[in-house]
Amino acid sequence: MMNSIILNAATRLLVALLLMFSVYMLLRGHNLPGGGFIGGLIGSTGFVLYAIAQGAPATRRALRAEPQSLAMVGLGIALFAGVFAVFFDDAFFTGQWLFIGATEDDKGLPISTVLVFDIGVYLVVFGSILTLVLALEEEV
Amino acid sequence: MSWLLAAPIIIPFATAVLAFLFRNGPEGRWISIIGAAGLLIASGILMAEVLAEGVVAAQMGQWGAPFGITLVADLLSAVMVVITGITGLAVAIYALADIEERLEKLGYHALFQVLLAGVCGAFLTGDLFNLYVWFEVMLIASFGLLVLGGRRDQLDGGIKYVTLNLVSTILFLSGIGLLYGMTGTLNMADLHGAVQEVENQGLLVVVAVMFMIAFGVKAAVFPLFFWLPASYHTPSVAVSAIFAGLLTKVGVYALIRMFTLVFTTDIAFTHTILLWVAGFTMVTGVLGAAAMNDFRRILSFHIVSQIGYMILGLALYTPLAIVGAVFYLVHHIIVKANLFLVAGVARRIAGSTDLSAIGGLYKTAPWLAFLFLIPAFSLAGFPPLSGFWAKYVLVKAAIDAEAYVIAGTALVVGLLTIYSMTKIWGAAFWKPHPGGLQPKLSSLAPRDRAALLVPIASLAALTCIIGLFPEPFVQFAERAADQLLDPSAYVAAVLGADEVGLTGLAALEVTE
Repeated sequence: MMNSIILNAATRLLVALLLMFSVYMLLRGHNLPGGGFIGGLIGSTGFVLYAIAQGAPATRRALRAEPQSLAMVGLGIALFAGVFAVFFDDAFFTGQWLFIGATEDDKGLPISTVLVFDIGVYLVVFGSILTLVLALEEEV
Repeated sequence: MSWLLAAPIIIPFATAVLAFLFRNGPEGRWISIIGAAGLLIASGILMAEVLAEGVVAAQMGQWGAPFGITLVADLLSAVMVVITGITGLAVAIYALADIEERLEKLGYHALFQVLLAGVCGAFLTGDLFNLYVWFEVMLIASFGLLVLGGRRDQLDGGIKYVTLNLVSTILFLSGIGLLYGMTGTLNMADLHGAVQEVENQGLLVVVAVMFMIAFGVKAAVFPLFFWLPASYHTPSVAVSAIFAGLLTKVGVYALIRMFTLVFTTDIAFTHTILLWVAGFTMVTGVLGAAAMNDFRRILSFHIVSQIGYMILGLALYTPLAIVGAVFYLVHHIIVKANLFLVAGVARRIAGSTDLSAIGGLYKTAPWLAFLFLIPAFSLAGFPPLSGFWAKYVLVKAAIDAEAYVIAGTALVVGLLTIYSMTKIWGAAFWKPHPGGLQPKLSSLAPRDRAALLVPIASLAALTCIIGLFPEPFVQFAERAADQLLDPSAYVAAVLGADEVGLTGLAALEVTE
């Protein structure tokens, strides 16, 4: 933890920005560079910054859930996204798609289990990085 | 079909998630046991399918081979997954009494299940890069298990373990890169054909040796085994039992797979190296064991020595030798895990694993002595236990191949194995306890006693069954060896599948 007013003030803004940016990266990742892994890294950077500025206990309070549980829930979500294909008699990890508001010449809004899988990966990366960083922060 | 292949990976992962979320209560350990039982059942069904249908393969996400994630099970893969299920269930039950609540709260069961998932994944994958990923899953989980609890000697062993394994990983990854550069594919079945067409066969041999070293570190062969005796005696008994049974065997499996399916272009060179490695591994391992004076350390060195026998089978590369290697692999996992479990009980009731600090177990705990005797004599190769047949087949294969020196080495190493087993027997079981303690099984709580002894007795019974009725097991190993030596069925199962149905956006684009 660093006692710096500049860092403290900047962190408030940066954490929100980083978290928003991480979600943006997560969502654009299907067709463009980005995705769950990178999104998770960026998202965890926000909280790492928070931990440097405010200390580990404050970060744990801000997270509300234990980071290792977040990671495991993420693993569960990713697994569920893969297993979901069983209801459609497809192979494990086959992407399932739903096109909301699809018409003759418009695909509508595509929602897929691929995105769910990416969200799972996001949480796994996010949770694992924060588990490590907070453990190191508390050690010092 | 595809779910059958994926189940041994999905089940442990799902169990890990649940066990972690319930890690603070007693539910976690029961979830772990149920998950391990589920894995065993799933592997049994997979085995039945492979026995009936031959090699089965499936593409995850329906992206066709050689581009997609291929899972494939031939007899060797299937039997390894079954053995993983058996050992996993035995150790999960054993853990009821062995793992302290403190470790459970840190997520022991979740790590254990992730390890099982990694091991099953490595056995079932049909893609070299995925094999690397599964190795990483195993490495992360096993490192977590190794240092769980954070004692000084655990960290010491863990650092050595992870450092040497990372070296192996780097070599593995570089090898994958070079191989991909030469052939343009990483699907193992596809590689089988692609390596024949590589122009620069010399470079291919170099890459083969890189893989040999990478898997050699994982399998703990001479001279790359130092991490194993440095780390295996430090964690909880349940952890070292599952490590001893399964982890190095994944390396051996990978060696067998790659050097029967892909790197068979220059057998005279690569398999001769393996033969030397096998001989040195057997000898150094058993000599190391003879020099040790701790229950688990002796057993750790024995793992190294036994790995030599399996490599020997692969190195001779005759049908009978491969049969021996497969048989040895199966027999060894059961026996070795069991010996570590016995060592754990001995520590519980006699207070230590240091041979000079314990004793008197034969007099006061004769049942434990009996349960130790079965796997110990099986390991040493006493008839009629399973180890005898495994060694017999291998030595016979070596003599048939006119490799008399290595056959003699294998026999001498067998003798030395008996020597160090009698050392444990003499010190831990026959001589009186130096502290005057009378170690009794009845000093354990009845619940703990059941949880500790049921897995040991079951594994010992399995050893006896393989030993007394070796015929079906040898026949099975013969079929597995046939598949390994003639990979055409394997290749056809992976690549021969016709057009894979398109789904999702791809299908949509086609219909447009």
